[in-house]
Amino acid sequence: MAEVALDRVFHEEWGRVVASLIGFLGDFDLAEEAAQEAFAIAAVRWPRHGVPTNPRAWLMTTARNRATDRIRRDRAMAAKFGLLVTGDREEPMDTTTFPDERLELIFTCCHPSLAIEAQVALTLRTLGGLTTDEIARAFLVPEPTMAQRLVRAKRKIKAAAIPFRVPTSALWHDRLDAVLAVIYLVFNQGYSGRDELAAEAIWLGTALTELLPEDPEVRGLLAMMLLHDSRREERFRGGELVLLGEQDRSRWDHEEIAEGRKELARASALRGRGPYVLQAMIASLHADASCDWSQIAELYSELGRLTSSPVVELNRAIAIAEAEGPQAGLRIVDGLGLDDFRYLHSTRGELLRRLGRIPEARDAYRRARELTDDGAERRFLERRLTELAASPG
Amino acid sequence: MQYVVLIYQGSTPLPGSDEWGALADEEQKQIYADYGALNQTPGVSPGPPLGLPEDATTVRVEGGKTLTTDGPFVGMKEAVGGFFVLEADDLDAAIEVAARVPAARLGGAIEIRPSEAYWQK
Repeated sequence: MAEVALDRVFHEEWGRVVASLIGFLGDFDLAEEAAQEAFAIAAVRWPRHGVPTNPRAWLMTTARNRATDRIRRDRAMAAKFGLLVTGDREEPMDTTTFPDERLELIFTCCHPSLAIEAQVALTLRTLGGLTTDEIARAFLVPEPTMAQRLVRAKRKIKAAAIPFRVPTSALWHDRLDAVLAVIYLVFNQGYSGRDELAAEAIWLGTALTELLPEDPEVRGLLAMMLLHDSRREERFRGGELVLLGEQDRSRWDHEEIAEGRKELARASALRGRGPYVLQAMIASLHADASCDWSQIAELYSELGRLTSSPVVELNRAIAIAEAEGPQAGLRIVDGLGLDDFRYLHSTRGELLRRLGRIPEARDAYRRARELTDDGAERRFLERRLTELAASPG
Repeated sequence: MQYVVLIYQGSTPLPGSDEWGALADEEQKQIYADYGALNQTPGVSPGPPLGLPEDATTVRVEGGKTLTTDGPFVGMKEAVGGFFVLEADDLDAAIEVAARVPAARLGGAIEIRPSEAYWQK
């Protein structure tokens, strides 16, 4: 089996194996270690002796046996877990004896009693199978800091008895929101340049649609991520941010757009009109050749009513500016109290520039530049300022 | 699983205060009833009711000397207003009980701490 294919099996199976082991052992560390051992054995054996007919069952059986071996060796642990191992060890267990417990796992990882950074790290580690080092690099944190974050999260799960189960209906909505927020956060981190995280978020989002096929917001989130991701390659050119209107549409990933729209259609069929579905609808309109800005503005109004977020209002202003002209957009922007938000100032700069109010536009772009440390965005603002220096006014 | 649940009053109106007097009769009755129901909840072992934080005395020992100050260790708003011990299956079950403490909706907050038997280790 080619290395790439093996990687894919590992990625697909890791979360499922770890989830099942946690359900069986009730311990994150032990489950992770056992899974790691099983995957290491597979990495050596499969290329040499061929992949077993049921890779999942093989991995689960091997990991489970490793864990029980370890518990047997350690008497104190055996007493703690009260485990007895029976049955033919060589016979791979039927996969039906391993319920898919990834949903339990993701709700545990995204439990609001853990800090959001810990929720993200734990989800990427246990469900996505990323190494601590990979997660640390993706979030620009030293590896020991990330390792410590994971250790503390796992300790709290045990100490505070955070349950390994799907939440009751009373807690359902809040908890699902927390899960979606974690996946979205991973995606956003990836969208600002860390490609592997964007792919990971889409992978997690896809897994969640398999686990909760009837939830429109789950599908809305996936649709939105796919639609945004289709433009990822075009968002940067020569290390500089490229605005939507200036992107080369032929270079968007049209297969991904189609996939995103399919998810959106499913979400709409489920009568979804929550925040993620609305954002996916907006992203879908953005992907049209002739973009319907007044409809986008209306969707932002609806989204604003759900979230009461001034950032949503800023986006509405941009759509209004496109539909009704820069003056109408500027009126909304100037009513927003987002003085420390760089996009407020870059938006003002753009609208003022279109209105020919060049000195004011310059001031706004300068303020945006002060608030921006990201390289690609800074380069974009520098260019705008250079262009404005050449304009009269 | 045993938890110690701490109730922080925050800006919750306390009986005897003007803010408390401003509450409608039914509301006052409801609050007492809710605390009563909480104390009857399976798994809850109520702590004795705490007096007001302004009547607290804080004691520290520095260099062998006992230092006594007036009031709670933290500010009045941050002071603990009450506590109970809760036996619950897991944190989610504990959160559901904590959310029923009236102080949680009246401007205070509830802290759930797993209890720990350090001395057995």
